[in-house]
Amino acid sequence: MMALLTRDLKLSLRAGGGALIGVLFFTAVVAVIPFGVGPDLNLLARIGPAIVWVGALLSALLGLDRMFQTDREDGSLDLMLMQEHPLTLTVLVKCLAHWLGHGLPLVIASPLLGLFMNMDEVAIGATMATLLVGTPALTFIGAVGAAVAVALPRGGLLVSILVLPLAIPVLIFGVSAAYAAVEEPTPFLPPFLILVAITMFFAVLGPFGAALALRNAGD
Amino acid sequence: MTESLAITKLSDLANPTRFMALVARLVPWMAGLTALLFAVGLYLAFSTEGDYQQGDTVRIMYVHVPAAWLAMMCYTVMALSAIGTLVWRHPLADVAHKAAAPLGAAFTLLALITGSLWGKPMWGTWWTWGDARLTSVFILFLMYLGLIALNRAIDDPSRAARVSAVLILVGFVNIPIIKFSVEWWNTLHQKASVLRLDGPTIDPEFLRPLLVMALAFTLLFFTLHLVAMCNEILRRRVSAQRRMSARMANREAAQ
Repeated sequence: MMALLTRDLKLSLRAGGGALIGVLFFTAVVAVIPFGVGPDLNLLARIGPAIVWVGALLSALLGLDRMFQTDREDGSLDLMLMQEHPLTLTVLVKCLAHWLGHGLPLVIASPLLGLFMNMDEVAIGATMATLLVGTPALTFIGAVGAAVAVALPRGGLLVSILVLPLAIPVLIFGVSAAYAAVEEPTPFLPPFLILVAITMFFAVLGPFGAALALRNAGD
Repeated sequence: MTESLAITKLSDLANPTRFMALVARLVPWMAGLTALLFAVGLYLAFSTEGDYQQGDTVRIMYVHVPAAWLAMMCYTVMALSAIGTLVWRHPLADVAHKAAAPLGAAFTLLALITGSLWGKPMWGTWWTWGDARLTSVFILFLMYLGLIALNRAIDDPSRAARVSAVLILVGFVNIPIIKFSVEWWNTLHQKASVLRLDGPTIDPEFLRPLLVMALAFTLLFFTLHLVAMCNEILRRRVSAQRRMSARMANREAAQ
């Protein structure tokens, strides 16, 4: 399991992996917004957390389709299907590796983008915290979509369409928690804890569903 | 004993010819009953009193509420047949959830359109993003469309059925969210007033046409669903025969 984790991490961080592209896409999406809505700093500060969250969601979707497809192409997916460990556990480890490779860089890059958006320190901290607990849920939900579309030659767009509706609750609670930290009367903890709950719920359901789909998607 | 009888009956239906014979016998009756119920329901809907506040716009409810119920029931039917696909590998279950997806999308769209037509005079807006019921139903609509797209993207029907069954089951988390969204987030959409533990709070004057229309919509769904399933079976037969004839043509050309 550790070997699988380090292998997947190395694959995503070294040349040809998608980790860097994800962060660049994130930066590009967020940087495009000021050109669209105009350079009004107050407005940008107000919509900042939402923009950073939407950017993170989109770039999390970007890397999903390669999650199982590369393994299928070089045949290691068949080995994973045949080994004695429960497939759900293998998928969970793959999700963790995918999150470390694709999700964590987004979290680390988010303070910089928060500065671009003229957000204050509290908002940046809250956005980073919500992204830290929210992006794993995106990975777990995305694993189901990636497993469903594993055998499709051009599954990338389809994965996004399938995963996006399920990822909306994560976005809602992530953004509302980030806003609650800034605006005074609303408490920060309830939406944040619901976000944590969503992540833990999909940490169970996601790998299970993905394993089921992988067994059925084989040729 | 009765359970095993039910199981044998169900596995008898795995033979598509037998299923289609049954459907051919059932559908005329169901269609007739549906038409009758619609006639009664529409008559009741237009002959009863309007609401003292809402006036005639309350009649939108007789289409809106059944369509919304059907949108959720259709997904539940799909989830049940998804279990049938994954657990029992029942061939009819494959066909069932594939045929139900466009119907569900249609009913959801109907509920959304009638809802916004009703919302304009009552709430003063066609659509709002702040209300959980509205947005969660919209998500349901997106999920139906995603499932249709997935089914079209995979050319092997049995693999498409198994893969989309997994997705249907994962997406089922949305159904309780829709049902309880009006309780959890108390915003614009009103709370449930018919299916409640302490009895309906809606006046019998409105309840009677509503229930008749709900029954009519349900029967309409099942009639359309059975016909769509038959169509799907026939479509698969046609494509199988085409493939076979192409193979025969190849063989003849080789000789």
